[in-house]
Amino acid sequence: MDKPIKPFHHALGIRKEICIGCSRCLRVCPTEALRVKDGKASLHPEWCIDCGECFNVCPVKAVVVEDDDIAQIFNYKHRILLVPSVFFAQFEEKLTLDAIKGILYDMGFTELCTVEQGADLLVDEINRYIQEYEGEKPVISSYCPAVVRLIQVRFPSFADRIMRLIPPLEITAQYYRNEYKKHDVPLEDVGIFYVTPCAAKIAAIKAPVGGYVSPINGVINMSELYNKVFLAYKQKGIYEHEHCALPHSMLSSVGVRWSTTCGEAANIRGRALAIDSMPNVIDFLERLENEEIKGVDFLELRACDMSCCGGILVQDNRFLIRERIEKTAEELPAKHALDQEFKNVCSGYIPMETVEPRAMIKYHKDLTMALQRMEESRRLRRILPGIDCNACGAPSCEALADDIVCSRATLEHCVILHAHNKDPEMLEKIWGKNRFNKKNQDKI
Amino acid sequence: MDLSFHIQGGDFTSAGTASSQVRRTLKELGVDAAVIKRVVVALYEAEVNIVAHAYKGIITAEISPERVFLQLVDEGPGITDIEKAMTPGFSTASQEVREMGFGAGMGLPNICRNADVFNIHSVPGKGTTVEITIQIK
Repeated sequence: MDKPIKPFHHALGIRKEICIGCSRCLRVCPTEALRVKDGKASLHPEWCIDCGECFNVCPVKAVVVEDDDIAQIFNYKHRILLVPSVFFAQFEEKLTLDAIKGILYDMGFTELCTVEQGADLLVDEINRYIQEYEGEKPVISSYCPAVVRLIQVRFPSFADRIMRLIPPLEITAQYYRNEYKKHDVPLEDVGIFYVTPCAAKIAAIKAPVGGYVSPINGVINMSELYNKVFLAYKQKGIYEHEHCALPHSMLSSVGVRWSTTCGEAANIRGRALAIDSMPNVIDFLERLENEEIKGVDFLELRACDMSCCGGILVQDNRFLIRERIEKTAEELPAKHALDQEFKNVCSGYIPMETVEPRAMIKYHKDLTMALQRMEESRRLRRILPGIDCNACGAPSCEALADDIVCSRATLEHCVILHAHNKDPEMLEKIWGKNRFNKKNQDKI
Repeated sequence: MDLSFHIQGGDFTSAGTASSQVRRTLKELGVDAAVIKRVVVALYEAEVNIVAHAYKGIITAEISPERVFLQLVDEGPGITDIEKAMTPGFSTASQEVREMGFGAGMGLPNICRNADVFNIHSVPGKGTTVEITIQIK
């Protein structure tokens, strides 16, 4: 139980020199991992789950994604790029698939593969997994790494329900690694790169859960690559490219939809639900923990609104992206050209351990101590104004009370109480007498 | 740590508030997930019982390092035959209540199964008191 857990690898960081300490990020963090200190936001490394909610609200772009430099692809002779379908769907229709692919080849990639090729074989495997699964249901999809981390930190009792099958991205990466191996290409010559729509996927590749090791050599920021492709298009226009005589039947309608909401759930036999966006996911897991939800076999949970279409590094409007993906799906066959080959050599069943829980210790490891601190914290909450102004640097009055009892802050941090002591009338005009009277009855 | 909740008969929209709050508190304290689960199952059933059968009630939860003690006191019709009420599948719930997914007759047996100590006392025409103890260690 007490075995040391490796610290989280994070793909999100705060550039202190850019951060203006505005506190917007504090309010949206689902694990309350952020505080403002010395005028800058600071991140609790054990609590951050790389979901990117802070990235979305930062007004000065101080939250940065730790991706890999695109130039490092040239460390390899064979440079394979795994492209998710949301990448192509970002571009307006006149920038055709051929044109985008041509530009990517010109950038130096030697092979382009669609990420969701690995999804088709998962359909049968997930259904089999659910059927053979003996633990408590619902089985929770392993697809979204931000959700996996959310469960580890905030819902540790569900960690063992996370499906022990690798996501399509990893299956596709295994497939192409194998292909090169089959043709006797030395592995050090093969560089597999992935264009990511979010930070969580970077963290998942660099530090996967369940003892899995990813064959992916580098992760490229989707927003950066989008800009490069768009620039090339604006400068050179659309032109013919020798590589693009390839047929496009490399993806199925199932695959292209996989990263959108319901992409997995639609293929599950039995009762499956698809839930997207962080607040919805948290609310549902709370209800599940409350024993209010029964009889569900499978949960597709995605941290971003509209799933990967709403990824933090995805450009253009997520509804338009979803529309483009749907349109593509209607034109695609039910099975892609390599379907059978994938099924012959690949599987989502990889020896993988149960995802390890890593619960946040809120008060103390010892229950007696924890109880004392909790009672103290509740007493403080009655004193604090309860308006969650963030001026103390904590996300809420409750969080400040918890920080005080854990010696991370003091009651002096409450700017409102300070101001009220100096000039009660001014504050009571705004917030009313009661807010301060009632609270101060049992002042410590 | 003491928590208390007022429960209104017939208010199914709020049913589960007490068990949800107690769950959250135990989770924040770092209590073992298996223990929390037993508390939630027992308390949720008992809470729904008040909503479904009584006029109103008060739930108190006392959390100590050793145990969780839950007391549910309601004002309601009471239970005439406790032994019968403890039989799995026995239910007096109305059709309306059953349609909402409650009243399968598993309430009391389920509470009993999850409790380390279970006491029930009822005065017909007055109300019912249920006491549940679940050991933490």
